[in-house]
Amino acid sequence: MTASEDQLKDLAVRGLDGDAGAYHRFLVELSARLRAFLRRRLPHAPEEVEDLVQETLLAIHNQRHTFDSAQPLTPWVHAIARYKLVDFFRRRSRENLTLEPLDGELDCLSTADTDAAEARRDLAKLLDALPERQRLPIVYVKVQGLSVVEAARLTGMSESAVKVAVHRGLKALAAMIRDAT
Amino acid sequence: MKTDELARLLATGVERVDRRAPLRRAGIAVALGVLLAGALMAGWLGVRTTLGEDAGAPMLWVKFAFVAWLAAAGAIAALGLARPGVRLARAPVALAAPVLGMWVLAGIVLAGADAPERATLLLGQTWSTCPFNIAVLSLPVLAAALWGMRGFAPTHLAWAGGASGLFAGAVGAFVYAFHCPELAAPFLGLWYVLGMLVPAALGALVGPRVLRW
Repeated sequence: MTASEDQLKDLAVRGLDGDAGAYHRFLVELSARLRAFLRRRLPHAPEEVEDLVQETLLAIHNQRHTFDSAQPLTPWVHAIARYKLVDFFRRRSRENLTLEPLDGELDCLSTADTDAAEARRDLAKLLDALPERQRLPIVYVKVQGLSVVEAARLTGMSESAVKVAVHRGLKALAAMIRDAT
Repeated sequence: MKTDELARLLATGVERVDRRAPLRRAGIAVALGVLLAGALMAGWLGVRTTLGEDAGAPMLWVKFAFVAWLAAAGAIAALGLARPGVRLARAPVALAAPVLGMWVLAGIVLAGADAPERATLLLGQTWSTCPFNIAVLSLPVLAAALWGMRGFAPTHLAWAGGASGLFAGAVGAFVYAFHCPELAAPFLGLWYVLGMLVPAALGALVGPRVLRW
């Protein structure tokens, strides 16, 4: 295993255990590697790369409970990135993008690219389109960084309802991206 | 929104993630599905009254072991397909082994039988209802297994649906075995396998639609 696997997995596992600082570093490192991976995969559509980096990052966050820390991180990330890439090709099949072979290599974490382009799709706008009872908890907890207790007080929801709304809202966000043509 | 802002947003306020939750959800769902299939069997077909008389017949135990093995192997395959990037390892072999074993047994039985007997060994008394009954009994388990699968993140949706269906079919066959009077290996190797393949095909068909994320 490469050093990136060990370092990233350590950050990921600490993040899954609730260490927000480690989790943030994991996501930043991961996005650089996903960007390099996707740039190689989409040589004919560089303008799509950043959108797909964000979509994959959101998917990885939403599915982070399916990571088994007894397993290596790379195949898990690769499978999710590949799944979202295939989904992307399916959406854009009309445009006849060249589909590079996707199997047989597990190099999605090997190189990093921190040179982020501007995303074409604005997730902030999609966030605004969520129903209020999902949007407000996300704004309070995830954007403004308030505690769940404060968010519960501000929304009049229970604490567990706030957590569920954040979780469902981020999944709904991913579904909006997925179903957009 | 820039990607760094997204990373910041996603990381803000995260708590410890319960990584056993999807397995628990799947377990509860499947338990409910099995109860429902059992209730359906008891109310609709009923447990065969002569079941106890066959307790001495080795084939009764072979039959139960056959479907129980398939259910276990189906569950292992489905759980592998439920998580991104997990290799299936020996699950396909574990699924194929009992079927091949049953076919070998069926071949031996058929080879040793007289020609007129062979049709009876293959068709039994109930060939026309067996696959249908197994498929029907497996439906609640299939629904439960797919719902459980949705708590994970399968990346090969038709395969994940198919494995869920195979598991559901084997559980349906296990439940049905309490009603079914057939004990001949040729019958089990043909009609039981067909019955289990119905929910497997159904799962593979609906998987890409219901399991998408």
